This record gives sequence, C-alpha cells and structure tokens, in this order.
Amino acid sequence: MKDFATLFTRIDESTKTTVKTAALADYFQTATPEDRLWTIALFTGRRPKRTITATRLREWAAEVAGLPDWLFEESYSIVGDLAETIALVLPPATKTEDQTLTHWIGYIKTLSTLEDDDRKAGILDAWNSLPNTERFLFTKLLTGGFRIGVSAKLITRALAQATGQDEPQLTHKLMGNWTPDTTTWDALIEADDPTADLSRPYPFYLAYQLDGFDDLGAPADWNAERKWDGIRGQLIIRGGEHHLWSRGEDLMTDRFPELAQLCDYLPGGTVIDGEVLAFTDERPLSFNALQKRIGRKTVPKKLLTGAPVILMAYDLLEHDGKDIRDMPLQERRESLQTLVAEVPDTAPLRLSASVPFKTWDDLSAARDQSRDLNAEGLMLKRRDSPYLSGRKRGDWWKWKIDPLTIDAVMIYAQAGHGRRANLFTDYTFAVRNGNDLVPFTKAYSGLTDKEFREITAWVRKNTLQRFGPVRQVPPEHVFEIAFEGIQASPRHKSGVALRFPRMLRWRRDKPVDEANTLDDLKEILATYG
Amino acid sequence: MADVLTFTDRGIYCPAGDFYIDPWKPVDRALITHGHSDHARWGMGRYLATSGTAPVMRHRLGDITLETVDYGVKTRIGDATVSFHPAGHVPGSAQIRVAVKGEVWVVSGDYKTVADGLSEPFEPVQCHAFITECTFGLPIFKWTPQDILTQQINDWWATNAAAGRTSILGAYALGKAQRLLTTVNSAIGPILTHGAIENTNAVLRDQGFALPRTTLVTPEISHKTHPGALVLATPSALGTTWARRFGPSSTAFASGWMALRGVRRRRAADRGFIVSDHADWEGLNAAIKATGASKVFATHGYTSAFQKWLSSEGYDAHIVSTDYQGEGFDQADEAEA
Repeated sequence: MKDFATLFTRIDESTKTTVKTAALADYFQTATPEDRLWTIALFTGRRPKRTITATRLREWAAEVAGLPDWLFEESYSIVGDLAETIALVLPPATKTEDQTLTHWIGYIKTLSTLEDDDRKAGILDAWNSLPNTERFLFTKLLTGGFRIGVSAKLITRALAQATGQDEPQLTHKLMGNWTPDTTTWDALIEADDPTADLSRPYPFYLAYQLDGFDDLGAPADWNAERKWDGIRGQLIIRGGEHHLWSRGEDLMTDRFPELAQLCDYLPGGTVIDGEVLAFTDERPLSFNALQKRIGRKTVPKKLLTGAPVILMAYDLLEHDGKDIRDMPLQERRESLQTLVAEVPDTAPLRLSASVPFKTWDDLSAARDQSRDLNAEGLMLKRRDSPYLSGRKRGDWWKWKIDPLTIDAVMIYAQAGHGRRANLFTDYTFAVRNGNDLVPFTKAYSGLTDKEFREITAWVRKNTLQRFGPVRQVPPEHVFEIAFEGIQASPRHKSGVALRFPRMLRWRRDKPVDEANTLDDLKEILATYG
Repeated sequence: MADVLTFTDRGIYCPAGDFYIDPWKPVDRALITHGHSDHARWGMGRYLATSGTAPVMRHRLGDITLETVDYGVKTRIGDATVSFHPAGHVPGSAQIRVAVKGEVWVVSGDYKTVADGLSEPFEPVQCHAFITECTFGLPIFKWTPQDILTQQINDWWATNAAAGRTSILGAYALGKAQRLLTTVNSAIGPILTHGAIENTNAVLRDQGFALPRTTLVTPEISHKTHPGALVLATPSALGTTWARRFGPSSTAFASGWMALRGVRRRRAADRGFIVSDHADWEGLNAAIKATGASKVFATHGYTSAFQKWLSSEGYDAHIVSTDYQGEGFDQADEAEA
C-alpha cells in the first residue's frame, strides 16, 4: 500500500491539477492492474462493502488510544473525518507490513466472515502494522467514502495520459455500476466497446448559470425549456431492461418503479435525459412532494398514489442503439418528440415543451412564471449544440430564479468540521416573535473566509453560554438567509423547514429590530409552501 | 484561603499585589509573559517582563515604562511574591509564579514542553493552582519530532531547489520563524526574509541569539537574483503579489494546525509542516502533572473538552474566558503563536 499512500500524499499535498494528474498517470503506469482498478473504483465512489460498523471502529480506537468515548467524539467533531481521527489518536505502529492495496481490501473482506472478537483482533493488528498515512487510508477503506479532491475529470485525464486513449471515450467507459469484483482493468479500460455493459449511462451534460445575453447572439439560435425542479435522471432502455441513473451516478431504478412500464412503449436502444418529477393532473408537484420519495429504496403503495412520478424528457442521447450525442440538439429533439408521441398519455413520460420567445424580454417574462409552475427557472440550449459531457460553457445555460430570502438573527454558533475546524461557521438563526426570538434554521455557507474569521473572533469574545460545542451569542447580527423552498414541519419549533438555506449576505446595516418576524415566515410558507 | 489570582474583564488580576498578568485592557501595572501581541498589549501604565522579552516589547510597543527581571528572581509586589520561569514558547517567554501567604499560583502564558533549540526550555513550576493555555488540548494533536521535522523541511527545500523552484515557507514573525531558521540546512541555498520577520531577527540577534545569515527581500530581489532560495514569509504574505516575484515556487505553512488534513487543504499551500510553539496533547498533560497543582484553569483553546478531561482525571478544573488567541490560524500575523 506504500505506492498508493505515495499517490494519495502527492495528490493531497498539491493544489495544482497538473501535479495531481501526473501523480495519477505515474501510478497507472506502475501499479499492478488490480491496484489500478481499485484506485479508479475508490476515487469514483465505488467503495468496498462496509464490513464493520463505524460505531465499533470508534470504540476500538478509543480503547486502544486510552480515551473516554466522549473525548474521542469531541476530537472527531473537530477533525470531521472518522478515519483521520482514528489515525491521529492511535499510538504509533510497532511493526510494518508492506502489502498491496488489493491485499488490504481482500483482508477487509475476509474479516467480514469472522466473529466479532476476531474482527477486532484483525483490525487492531492492521492499525498496529501501518504507518500514519497508510493507517488513515486503510481505515478510510473500512469507513467508505474516498473524497480526496480528485474529480472524475482528473482521473480520465490521467488515464488518457497513461493509456493514450481519448478522454470522452474513457469518461464513458468509467460510467455505470461496475465494481472491481465484476470487471478487470483489461475489460474496463483496454477493451473497445463501452456499451458492452447494458446499464452503462452516458456522462451528463451540465450547464453554468447564465451571466448575460451579450455573448449569446440571436434569440432564434436558442431553444428555451423549463428547468424543472425534480431529480435529473437518465433512463436507459436496452435489451428489454430499464435503468434509471441519477446525476451522481446512483442507480435509482427501484425507487421509481412506475417508470418500468416505459419498457413496453419505448424501443430497445433508447437513452433519454430528463427530470424525474412528482406529477398529477398534467402538473408537476412541488419538490416537497418528491422529497418524500428520496432516500427510499422501495416505495410503499400510499406514496405511489400520493406522489406518482413521471420522466419529463429533455433530450435523446441514444436512438435505435446508436449514440447520437454529436447530432445537433434540434434533430435530437425531433427524434425525441416522435418517440414520446408514440407513448400513450397514461404512461409516465412527457416531453419538456419548448418555451416560445422572440426576444430576451419575452424570455425574462417567461422566467417570472417559474415559481407558479413549480419550476426552478429556465434552460437555454443552442439549437445546433451537441450533447457534451460535464459542465461546459457556451452552448447550454441555466437561468435560475432568485432564491427566497428572509432577514434573520444569529443566536448560536458552532465550529465547523474538517476544512473549517477552527472557525465558527455553523450558525442557528431566529426570526422575531414579539419580544422572543424563534429559531428556524441553520446555515453553514455563503460567507467569505474573511467574514467567517471576523465572526469567529466576535463569537470568542461574546459567548453568553456554552452547550457542549454550541455557543450562545447575543442577538446582534442580522443575516439575509436565502433558500430554495419552504414547507410546514411539525418537528421544528418555528413550524417550517427550509430547503438549501444559506447566508446570502451579512446585513451589517440592519439592526436586530428590523429582522423579519415569525409572521413574515408564515406568510412565505402560505405563498410558496 | 483567598484566591491568589482572580479573573476580570481586564485580565488576570492579583488583589494582593494589585497588578494584572497579560491584561487586554489598559491597567496601571502589567506583568507580561511574552511578546506576542495578544499577551503584550499597548496602553499599560507600567510593564514588568523578563529581560529576554523586553527588546521585542520595546520594538513593538515603542516607548513604554518597562522594568525587567531575570528568570527565577523573586520580586515582592505588595503582599505578593512574583517570579518568572521559562515557558519554552518563544525566546524570553515566561510562566509567572505568584505566591501569597504560602499559596502558589502559576500563569503559564503560552508554552511548549519540547526544546526548540532556540527558546529557553520549559521548566515545570510546583504550584497549587495552574492557569494553563490549551490551544491544542485534544488528543489529535501530536507534534512531529524536531529531527524528523528538520529532515522534512530540508528535503522539501532541496527538492525544490533542484527543480528550479523557490521554497516559500509561511511562519509567524516572532518565534516560529527564528526557530525554523536555526534548524534548516543553510548550505542548501540562500535564505530570504519578509520585512516583519527580518525586523524580529534583528532584535533577537542584538540579544545574542545566533541565527544564520538572512537577506531581507527588497524590490530588486527575486528568483533570478537568488535561485533556489528559501523564503521565510509571514502567513498573510503567502499568495500575494509580494510572493509572486519568486517565479515558480512551492509554498508551505508551518503550524500545529497542519496536523489536520482539512485545515491543510483550506490553507491551499503545497505542504504543511506540523510544528507549533504551543504544547501538544501529551505536552499539556505532562506539564500539568509536573506542577503538582490540584486546581487548573484553562484559558484559551479547546477549553470545554480539556476542562472535562482534566476533571475526569481528578483535577479541580475550570474554564476562564480570556482574550488570548493562541495559535490563531486564520488571524492576521500580529496575533501570533
């Protein structure tokens, strides 16, 4: 695992993508094929199955380090990463063992077949055989999740350097639900046919937020659509089966069983990019309705009837088994329209209609209707654009509506995790209600580092009371909180729950008695909830 | 028995001697543990500090009324007897021992227990109550041993020099910078310094500390005039136009916070060296034990966890709210550590 640790350190230490890419390319040329494959898997979110619970790992680490559980937890809350916390608190290893990455993954798999005591002995022995970075990485394998600042883009660039293949080709090869147990380096990377795997999706094309019309040219060159507020998905129908992928490459097929019937109406070799929406009476429901179905692996009947979903189709990527992503959008949409027209209205598929407009002003007026339609804004796509992969400028733009906002008072502060471990970055906000302050949301993001530093210094000097890691502060600072949605929530004292709340700005100009009230919040709920 | 020291909104106060220790608001008489700006502040009527701390205080605070005293010398102030003892934090830094009618309290100021090759090494002082910092009071903080650290920095510098890159190392102007200067291998290349660091170097050289040859960065100096150089800069100078004159470079930051991967990444330097002038977890615990104190007050750092830990270890432990910053990772350079 030494070479994997070296790779990790080179990537982790550098802020320059050229250095990271070179480190990966070196590794892809020198490591064993098994280790290479596992490395790609880990860096693209395909972790080995969890064999030991995080709870057990914490207990064992605290025990070996001679720490009470609460102190281990306190340390964890500062470090923000369980594997790193464990690696930091454990005493230094007393022996060394240099084995491959694949060996240690096999070792972890073997542990799963053992009794609890033997598992524990196995883990403690590994901890005691590995120097710091390797110990951290080994524990990371146990806890899963391997985010280390390597994007899929970087992996493909490095692979392209190491193998001499095209980047788009490699991007496509890495998609889908392969694991190192179901494939080999040769089959995945060296073999020619990326569609050999029937479920393999295409990389999603993502847009940047529009920053003006100046560079767009003539309105007639553009197709506008609603930006629906659901879950972006890619429906694949091949070989009589269907698969539904999320943008984050999660397979969502079983969560939305109603889409199965589309197999009956759409021909094999069809891949559609669209939005999964809760939908009744030819109208999308708000995101709140769909939210109930997120995170559920299977769906009870009641939800199926209460929040039925459809796929709102945006684009066609594969037609009659042929990859048509290079064709102009206009032609892809025409084929899509023909396909959708052949599907009966009772089936859960709709075409996302074009929004007609002649001038940018027309479009702006159309955008203003977004909230009424439960849409997030508009999408602008150049009529002759190909379907690219990843976030690209130029041909596609999103034009989201402005978020909802409310001015709130900061009442509690808590230190952040990981990158923000020694800053107070997590705040609780309240609205006014008579002479009281009613907490209604937390927010963690949106301020500059400089502002976070300033508030951190202020919190340190102005702590009224401590509740563990939480500090109560005087209600002196007003912040404008932006959010994407609101819904009634009996679990919250304020009676509301916000979607994606963040700090839009620090309102230094506003005294606390000009912050919004609970009544204001309830009014927003009545209007948009 | 009355408390030897009390905690006020101006600072730590001794009623028997009518003086404050490291006050943060103007008072008549201040005893100062060390020269960092969160401990030695402007605006006090009279100051008392060690002779090792005096020059840097004069340099930073200008014309002040300052008496000096050597380590270990007992001075009578009112009904209190005070003495200063090495804290190992930076050159001249002290713990302050206050005895009133046989009851002894010690204020640690900032301290570290490992010798850094420059500062007078920490000396444990027996006391009844110990007022301690705990900037790094969690078991995740363990410092890299000095010899390995030196090796790491020299390797980094030599590799950069060989590849034609300038090595830019961010470190606090008082203490950390000079400590690093004494450990690096100056045979690798020239050493350049940022103004704030060079000023402190001059003060310490005048006091008789032997530092290697350094060159102040002036407008005509760049990677062309000094290829393969090690540049010692204040943390805030990293990533500015000042730093860009050195051409292709590798940046590093030297701080205890570098023990945490997340902080290392936020700082966006190429390397992080884990080194601090504060005690790590084991250092804190060993120091407290060595005082023999039964009562402990934690002033700044991870106070709530540390207080709870000390209580579970059988100490009568408390938290005191102060204005000290500790190793302020994100603060301006003047709040150093």
